[in-house]
Amino acid sequence: MLRFILRRLFLALITLAIILVIITLIPNIAPGDPARKIAGGTASPERLIEVNESLGLQDPVSAQLANLATSVFTLDFGESFSVAKGEPVMSLVWSALSNSAKLVGFSLLVMVPLSILGGLVAAYKKDTWIDRTIVNTGLAFSAIPDFVAGVFLLAFLAVPFEFFKVQASAPPGSSALVQAQHLLLPVVAVLMVYFGYIARVTRAGTITALDSDYARTAFMRGLSTREVFRKHIARNALQPTVAVLGTQLGYLFGGMVALEIVFGYQGIGNLIIRAVDRADYPVLRAGVLTVAIIYMIATLAADLLVAYMNPRARANLGEAS
Amino acid sequence: MTLEDNPPSSEVVIQDSSTAALAVDDLRLSYTVRGTPREVLRGVTFEVRPGEAYGLVGESGCGKSTTAYAALRYLPSNGQIDGGRVTSVGKELTAMSSRQLRSFRANDASMVFQDPVQAVNPVLKVGRQVAESFEVMGLPKAEAVEAALEALKRVRIASPESVMERYPHQLSGGMLQRVVIAMALACDPTLLVLDEPTTGLDATVEAEVLDLVRDLRSELNSAILLIAHNLGVIRTMCDRVGVMYAGQIVEEGTVEDVFDNPSHPYTVGLLNSIPRQGVRKDDRELFAIPGNLPQIGDPLPTCVYVDRCPIANDECRTEKPPISQRSDGHWTRCHRPDHIDEVPEPVKDFESVEIGSEEVIGVHGVSKTFRQRGNDVPALVSVDLGFAEGETLGLVGESGSGKSTLAKTMLGIHEPDEGGKITLRGRAMKTKATERVEESIRSIQMVFQNPDSALNRSWTVRRILTRSITKLTGLRGAEADHRAVEVAEAMRLSPRHLDMRPRQLSGGLKQRVAIARAFAGDPNVVVCDEPTSALDVSVQAAILNLLANLQRHERTSYLFISHDISVVRYLADRIAVMYVGRIMEIGPVSKIFGETNHPYTEALLSAVPSVDGAAENRIPLTGEIPSPADPPSGCVFHTRCHRAVEGLCEVTEPELRELSDGHSIKCHLTVEQLETPVVLTPANMVG
Repeated sequence: MLRFILRRLFLALITLAIILVIITLIPNIAPGDPARKIAGGTASPERLIEVNESLGLQDPVSAQLANLATSVFTLDFGESFSVAKGEPVMSLVWSALSNSAKLVGFSLLVMVPLSILGGLVAAYKKDTWIDRTIVNTGLAFSAIPDFVAGVFLLAFLAVPFEFFKVQASAPPGSSALVQAQHLLLPVVAVLMVYFGYIARVTRAGTITALDSDYARTAFMRGLSTREVFRKHIARNALQPTVAVLGTQLGYLFGGMVALEIVFGYQGIGNLIIRAVDRADYPVLRAGVLTVAIIYMIATLAADLLVAYMNPRARANLGEAS
Repeated sequence: MTLEDNPPSSEVVIQDSSTAALAVDDLRLSYTVRGTPREVLRGVTFEVRPGEAYGLVGESGCGKSTTAYAALRYLPSNGQIDGGRVTSVGKELTAMSSRQLRSFRANDASMVFQDPVQAVNPVLKVGRQVAESFEVMGLPKAEAVEAALEALKRVRIASPESVMERYPHQLSGGMLQRVVIAMALACDPTLLVLDEPTTGLDATVEAEVLDLVRDLRSELNSAILLIAHNLGVIRTMCDRVGVMYAGQIVEEGTVEDVFDNPSHPYTVGLLNSIPRQGVRKDDRELFAIPGNLPQIGDPLPTCVYVDRCPIANDECRTEKPPISQRSDGHWTRCHRPDHIDEVPEPVKDFESVEIGSEEVIGVHGVSKTFRQRGNDVPALVSVDLGFAEGETLGLVGESGSGKSTLAKTMLGIHEPDEGGKITLRGRAMKTKATERVEESIRSIQMVFQNPDSALNRSWTVRRILTRSITKLTGLRGAEADHRAVEVAEAMRLSPRHLDMRPRQLSGGLKQRVAIARAFAGDPNVVVCDEPTSALDVSVQAAILNLLANLQRHERTSYLFISHDISVVRYLADRIAVMYVGRIMEIGPVSKIFGETNHPYTEALLSAVPSVDGAAENRIPLTGEIPSPADPPSGCVFHTRCHRAVEGLCEVTEPELRELSDGHSIKCHLTVEQLETPVVLTPANMVG
């Protein structure tokens, strides 16, 4: 097990290195002069050189890479150019990250139990109207893009009802409950996007497990349906769900841009978009790296969780190392 | 459905449902498919007396498993009982509440499923699962764990303490089946239902499991309901048997009566379709029951078997057959039981073809060593084989003995170690399939066990065949198509099958397509890896007939891998016995079955349950087959050999030596030593 973790961490380091290379290369190969973009079309040549210097773009690529790598370990990405001029990049990232974490955490808290329950019920009631309702509702909702769902939620819930907030970010110093109230609508939007997906993965896994001889054996042993599900089905059926959630977690952090914009929320996705918009390379680098690292941690965690659930996977991990 | 349409068919009467371990009385059951109920069981009546073993046989789809599930009232959500009663010792299952039913399953009845690997939860330790069977009976946790250990000891599993702590994937199939049986016996059940308990296990493991069940029966006094399609298993295990067809029992009686004196044309058909009493391909064809099993839900107003019956007359087509008593407790549901002799016996209607003398394909000094985690795993050790034109070489041995590795090495999927050669008419071929010339690739083709996964599901049969033809012979377009029709015809596939997709075909037809694909390029050798083990016996008979017939016409050689020794005996000219990657014995069929054998072959042959009821002295093969990664010293078989000689067998590995013309064994012992009957004492039953 330990060997597996070390191996995965090693692989993660390689992934990180590749990401670093790509991020370093972007301003060097992107069309147009990044310095001109940052400084504006009318900037003087001296100003352009100055900007280039502060970006480190006149250094050889290898030196740029080394600088970036150093910043990962010192957690110092310099100062923002344009998004919040002069502020340390890391403080921007931290605050965006903590906002994103709140949104993602709350979303998971609502979405995961509901979707899994939905999947389990659909599987148990396979081919009945209950199953079809769950599957089709999920499918219909996940066909709606999140920003469309967000706009609809705003129009039909936030506008007529005081309880639902247009702004996802609560005023500073609000209690957790008020913050949750503000986050409610984006969370509902996330639920709509993911419910169908997660529920269907869970449903498929549960049907396979229910169909297995060990589930039959458990029923034949005289266990009640609830006991069979708890003791025999759950750990087998939920393995694919856990794996999928692991990969989706990274997406939830970085890919919620549209929702964050619709609800005016300062998450990491929003930060990256603004950085792109204003050619703020230091913020962009730090933001993309953060999302990439979260992605890696999430998949690793999911793999470990699956290994914990399945001794067979654990054995294979041992062999693979 | 009113009573007038379907008068109760229970001329068979339950004698005493208050004492019977299981009494199924005129059970009618249907599955709802796309909104329409389809009848699966059409009035099944039988009882299992306390302590009795009752067998149900029949082909897939006849309703035997449904009956078994219904015996514990475990139905799929689309299944409903339309009529009849199921009782166990007077308790009526069909009227139980779900709480009563759970208590009945926990305390009075158990079921063992076909595949032990699937029947245990892969994520829980074995001990936990066995203990659970005791917990449902109300035992506290600690006591349940102790009871679980006792239960594992009772099924004679090796080192039960360590088995408790292991996960299912760490145990072999045979051990898992013991675990499953231990769980089933936890409640000392009145009724034990075994659904194909040994299908998919090696013959040796099968024999071991059957021995165990037999031993436990005398200790436990459980009644057994055994479902199996293997008639030999039923014969050796059961007191009475019911033959099922299309949701009805068509014949019932003691196993001796039914198998030695069959009185229903279907029973006769089943018995004739399996190779028995050493019949061989040159003696006669096997009997393949014509036609197909009726679909579930088909209206069958008269005799259920009438469409396939060779002796049906007008009465059979208009009237429901009555129960006809043959002898005490032996009855058949047939109008014409006295005409059963008129069921045509398969006869020899072909010329036997001599096997050629020239070697077509040769395997010379082939070894295959896999590298696994830095260790060498010798999976094949200097194998020599030759195939003459039109010859079948049967390859037998337990799982893990290297049979499939040999096949794959011949096909060029695995590359043999340095020095090994595969020759085509004396000339060495490239060892890798990707480097072989077209002629070499064409010369060796393969038929797999499971046609479902061997055929591309989204292609039509025509496309599957023409692609192989184009790949193997270079024919294109209309020419390839013409050849496809020709090949399909040779497989007795009709032209309309060509435009169907695999899922529209039955298992037997799919296997024909797979064989057609292999024959598309006119091969010299076809490797058949368990080609009939997934098929019903009557379909198996048709496939074996087809293979034998193709061989006579095309002069093709076969490498025929199977764990069913009677099938190998039917089709093979020579047999090779493999163990831990080595050929332990090779020789003509007549000598393998008629002369002195290697001790391993001796044990293998004695493990086969026979439908003819000749119970021979069985030589148990205890313990597991050694891993090729760590083969035993000296003779690889000495750890399990009942004739091993101390100081010799574990020291030096014997050479393959010729006993008589073409018959060789890899053993130190002399013929005299090998022919001495062994007295099995615990001392020589090494494990």
